[in-house]
Amino acid sequence: MDGSDHLVHERSKAQFDVEKMKIVWAGSHYAFQVSNRIARLVAGDPAFRKENRAVLSRKDLFKNTLRKAAHAWKRITELGLSEEEASWLRFYVDELSYAYVHWGMFVPAIKGSGTEEQQNKWLPLATNMQIIGTYAQTELGHGSNVRGLETTANFDPKTDEFIIHSPTLTSSKWWPGGLGKIATHAVVYARLITDGQDHGVHGFIVQLRSLDDHLPLPGITVGDIGMKFGSGAFNSMDNGFVRFDHVHIPRSQMLMRVSQVTREGKYVHSNVPRQLVYGAMVYVRQIIVVDASIALSRAVCIAARYSAVRRQFGSQNHEISATGVETHEISGTGVETQVIDYKTQQSRLFPLLASAYAFRFIGEWLKWLYTDLTQKLEANDFSTLPEAHACTAGLKSLTTSAAADGIEECRKLCGGHGYLSSSGLPELYAVFAPACTYEGDNIVLLLQVARFLMKTISKLPSGRNYKLSGTTAYMGHMEHYLIKYSCNVQKAEDWLKPNTILEAFEARAIRMCFSCAQNLTKFADQSEGFSELSTDLVEAAIGHCQLIVVSKFIEKLQQNIEGNGVKQQLETLCYIYALHLIHKNSGDFLSTGSLNPKQASLANDQLRSLYAKVRPNVIALVDAFNYSDHFLGSVLGCYDGNVYPKLYEEACKDPLNDSVVADGYSEYIQPLLNQQLLNARL
Amino acid sequence: MEGVDHLAHERSKAQFDVDQMKVVWVGSRHALQVSDRIARLVASDPVLRKDNRTMMTRKELFKNTLRKAAHGWKRINELRLSGVSPSGRSCFVDLLLFSLLLLSLLLLFLYFSISFFICFNNANYATIVTEEEASWFRHYVDQPAYTDLHWGMFVPFIKGSGTEEQQKKWLPLAYKLQIIGCYAQTELGHGSNVQGLETTATFDPKTDEFVLNSPTLTSSKWWPGGLGKAATHAVAFARLITDGKDHGVNGFIVQLRSLDDHLPLPGITVGDIGMKFGNGAYNSMDNGVLRFDNVRIPRDQMLMRVAQVTREGKYVQSNVPRQLLYGTMVFVRQTIVADASTALSRAVCIATRYSAVRRQFGSENGGVETQVIDYKTQQSRLFPLLASAYAFRFVGEWLKWLYTDVTQKLQANDFSTLPEVHACTAGLKSLTTSATADAIEECRKLCGGHGYLSNSGLPELFAVYVPACTYEGDNVVLLLQVARFLMKTVSQLPSGKKPVGTTSYMGRAEHLIQCRCNVQKVEDWLKPSVILEAFEARAIRMSIACAQDLSKFSNQEEGFAELSSNLAEAAVAHCQLIVVSKFIEKLQQDIPGKGVKEQLQNLCNIYALYIIHKNLGDFLSTGSITAKQGSLANDQLRSLYSKLRPNAIALVDAFNYTDHYLGSVLGRYDGNVYPNLYAEAWKDPLNESVVPDGYREYIQPLLKNQLRNARL
Repeated sequence: MDGSDHLVHERSKAQFDVEKMKIVWAGSHYAFQVSNRIARLVAGDPAFRKENRAVLSRKDLFKNTLRKAAHAWKRITELGLSEEEASWLRFYVDELSYAYVHWGMFVPAIKGSGTEEQQNKWLPLATNMQIIGTYAQTELGHGSNVRGLETTANFDPKTDEFIIHSPTLTSSKWWPGGLGKIATHAVVYARLITDGQDHGVHGFIVQLRSLDDHLPLPGITVGDIGMKFGSGAFNSMDNGFVRFDHVHIPRSQMLMRVSQVTREGKYVHSNVPRQLVYGAMVYVRQIIVVDASIALSRAVCIAARYSAVRRQFGSQNHEISATGVETHEISGTGVETQVIDYKTQQSRLFPLLASAYAFRFIGEWLKWLYTDLTQKLEANDFSTLPEAHACTAGLKSLTTSAAADGIEECRKLCGGHGYLSSSGLPELYAVFAPACTYEGDNIVLLLQVARFLMKTISKLPSGRNYKLSGTTAYMGHMEHYLIKYSCNVQKAEDWLKPNTILEAFEARAIRMCFSCAQNLTKFADQSEGFSELSTDLVEAAIGHCQLIVVSKFIEKLQQNIEGNGVKQQLETLCYIYALHLIHKNSGDFLSTGSLNPKQASLANDQLRSLYAKVRPNVIALVDAFNYSDHFLGSVLGCYDGNVYPKLYEEACKDPLNDSVVADGYSEYIQPLLNQQLLNARL
Repeated sequence: MEGVDHLAHERSKAQFDVDQMKVVWVGSRHALQVSDRIARLVASDPVLRKDNRTMMTRKELFKNTLRKAAHGWKRINELRLSGVSPSGRSCFVDLLLFSLLLLSLLLLFLYFSISFFICFNNANYATIVTEEEASWFRHYVDQPAYTDLHWGMFVPFIKGSGTEEQQKKWLPLAYKLQIIGCYAQTELGHGSNVQGLETTATFDPKTDEFVLNSPTLTSSKWWPGGLGKAATHAVAFARLITDGKDHGVNGFIVQLRSLDDHLPLPGITVGDIGMKFGNGAYNSMDNGVLRFDNVRIPRDQMLMRVAQVTREGKYVQSNVPRQLLYGTMVFVRQTIVADASTALSRAVCIATRYSAVRRQFGSENGGVETQVIDYKTQQSRLFPLLASAYAFRFVGEWLKWLYTDVTQKLQANDFSTLPEVHACTAGLKSLTTSATADAIEECRKLCGGHGYLSNSGLPELFAVYVPACTYEGDNVVLLLQVARFLMKTVSQLPSGKKPVGTTSYMGRAEHLIQCRCNVQKVEDWLKPSVILEAFEARAIRMSIACAQDLSKFSNQEEGFAELSSNLAEAAVAHCQLIVVSKFIEKLQQDIPGKGVKEQLQNLCNIYALYIIHKNLGDFLSTGSITAKQGSLANDQLRSLYSKLRPNAIALVDAFNYTDHYLGSVLGRYDGNVYPNLYAEAWKDPLNESVVPDGYREYIQPLLKNQLRNARL
């Protein structure tokens, strides 16, 4: 951060203790210190620079990623970093590589689904990086429907081996990161077949490449699936395909924690409950929710800072005529207005800022939920699993969709310059967008939530209140919400009562669910009804998930939160989040009678006041994310706000500017400009 | 399309005449014939292949663009020499014909002016027709290049803002590509607020020249396409200063590069602004930066159609009404609306075909899985976008008519409809581009994981399209202009001033404030008049509510700023009403072809009811419909989706896009997706070697890290 801070005036306006907010954001003092230290370590290492990423060709980009991953591993081992520190380091390197899949999918899959013996054999190899693993589930023709996978693992009792085979083109494994060029091993999902009987999809550890020369082993065809969305982004990763032509693996390489194949080829279940495997799914999705808050907060940080730097209009007493064209006035001496001061900018940006915080806290809560669930599962208590599963599925869907849209909205909020790669936003979007699809397509997940909600409602004994746990507890008050409830907001200030907000969200969610349930009963065939009404069911599921986010934000505020003004800021953000949802989904709230039009309009009025209240704190609120300029990777979002000289400087670095006259001029431009023959004809 | 048609079964289900629908989509039978012929010509030319675009480095990509542009120019001139068309009819009749032919296709508008010029200079019918072909040709080459700005901005602005003398001097040079022009308005620090531009053009009476300067870093021209590396000339906008007095922003023709060696002229610093969103996409274009350091140009290079500087340095207005210039703005924005329908229809075509190919779930009983297009959740996301593509097509067609109409009025010194026309085009530009950008991305998501692959075509389509939300007027800024116009219209209602054109419904304010929607059963939502009244009621009630809230502020400007979000929402409601009403109007015309009109009616109803569902809060809070009626609209929507379903593939076939133009493995005409995805994957540079470059340096040492193992 050279020289002057162009945003110093903005920072001086903050009405709260930014340092304390940083700790709230990071989760704890300790987490803040570790992440801060590692962030600086990465930012200060020239080997990790990333601003050249967008201009590299595919091959150069990929090679560069390999270099960074190797360098990261070197630093991790040199410094003797703990696993926690190592994962922070990989996080701040911020370039997708095989290492993410190896550490994030391969290792956990073996931990979750391998027997103790298998873990003892494979984990040391993996954690020492003597093998590099990937996770091969999705196939070319099969994504969301895992049961539809075609790859087979046929047990051969003669050799005590499984024969892994891709019977069709559509059964090619497709998408796994790190698979295309790097991984030596994979956890491969295939239909287990013993004695001609299909036992459904199971995981197998399969070696793909020789550890000597890295060549694919016999029977294995493997490659990269090609370019993906955006420049840089996921193109640094070798998402790959693999086809198996009767590849033999030892029987011991089936992941056998919950079910096994005996030497004789008998398929048996172990005494480990199958439900434990679901814990892994909850874990992965909870991480995605945390990722959503990070990705969104990065985009918001960039857009907020740039909105404070950028000025437009307002310098003159110009009149916009009815034609939209200003009359000419001599330019005044006054500066133009910061775009962050426009209500249209605020009403788009501030709810996203509030969402970033809301998702942060819901992610934190999910982490607790996962720990709680794991303990219960280990104690053979599976009672909360369906609720925990629905809850994480729904929140994964809600937060990733909102974050993807939010990033693109932030890009638009930066006007034309947001379209430049150097703004960081195009790549941020390209990297994040697939989160809406992977680990469960967002719509498919919402339908799972809806199914759970319909089941919950069907179990409610009619006519009396019924005790329900967790995030569906409010459904126990069905009678109250369907019959007695009416929102008692009469003036704008009434919208600042957490209870009022909560009740409105609960009423809306429960009424949408109830109306779906009623409509379902009109169908003789339930599954036909479910598919016919699936759009309504998705909307009901969203109503439920938004309620969870709002309620957990409110719960967070009931905790003791230190720091001058910190809690007040969070309260404002919580109200902005909730009221913005009411405004955006007013159709739901009005059609269910959870609010009347007057109350919806009051919510909107209150929202405007809240924007004004948060305005002076906005830069400090994004500073609290504590993102280094290296991590942000955005000229528009740089900490010191010195945007324009940096934009100019970045432009000069483009390869097209290597020469004054472009390559191709003499072949393709000069002949045009001097085309005498053609001229003659015109 | 080799071999089997995997979508043949889908095509056989269509309940209408697809070829007739193709005519409706493109505007006329003649336009279909010409565009179809040129599309095939481009598709079969190996120089114009584009499937390798995303893998190129910036330099390769740019050079390839130059190559294609040069090749395109060569082919166009060869076609011209071939003299394919008959001649002999009068120029006037042909022009009329021509203007009808050109209805609605994006770049075609841009070349209209050129044809006009050539017509009067050569009176040669063959040339006119080949100019039409040329514009189709450029359209189907489908790669952003300096030529877009040369033909689309530089030439029109000289035509619009240059005197007759200036046009005579510059246009022939531009038409023959002896100079390459760009349009330099936006600056590093200044976008939407044109009056905030800092570049100066100071008149020097001693030498009879203007001196151009970029006084600050933020005054650097920034963004113009073609500026970075290709353009030899620019129309540059700068504050005109004579005798120390600032006369505001005017346009000047400035030579940037030598015509001999292409080097920048003295005092000019020019370059490319760097990489942009996506791979391929706008990175094939040299959007540029430009700084002036005392650059001198002759006085006659100021564009002097409406204002001039005399030899003595006096600033004088000509007798040409300033309003004529706004015609150009209307022109440019209506081409953007046409472009929206084109981009949206491409995305919808890809997503629809792939949704019919892709199967997922439903095989529990041992059968094949269900086509994803049969899921209601897929339909409720995809079909409204298909309907929107058609809706935007027709509103674009109507805007084309509106532009012609306003041009005639302006030439007759009738400026009465200009404010309404301006608000209408600004609002529709905003509405259609925002909806299209979101829709392309939605189509990508509808294609699941494979939509994320470059070879799905959708990532690049999105990256190319999204800047339309920002350029030529930021979409939110435009909505506020519409809102300002609406507030003015509302405020004049009591005076008895009759609102015109798209605001004429406001003349029935009294009725629309009180009316009650009389829908009682789902079928009632199929009545055009019922739909229209609901939209009118909602729009006017939102406008009036804003006007009432505004009146509570003593300072109107402050009120406008404070309430701007509500005002933008009211403007959106007004614009949605326009789209719906023009779709309904279109259906009142005679439309030939078996089943064609029925399909369009279905699409129109889907578009309208989907908007109601999506904006239910507006309709309910204004009391334009009841909750029960909203729910009936939603029920009707579901039936309409079922009705559309068997026709979905045929409805996207009617866009008549070649596989080359679509540029998508998922959207292939024959639906043979998977083998082609697999074949495309192999083409990636990473697959050139089995063991990747970098293995020896960065992977092998890791796998063999014995020393470190010991340590861990």
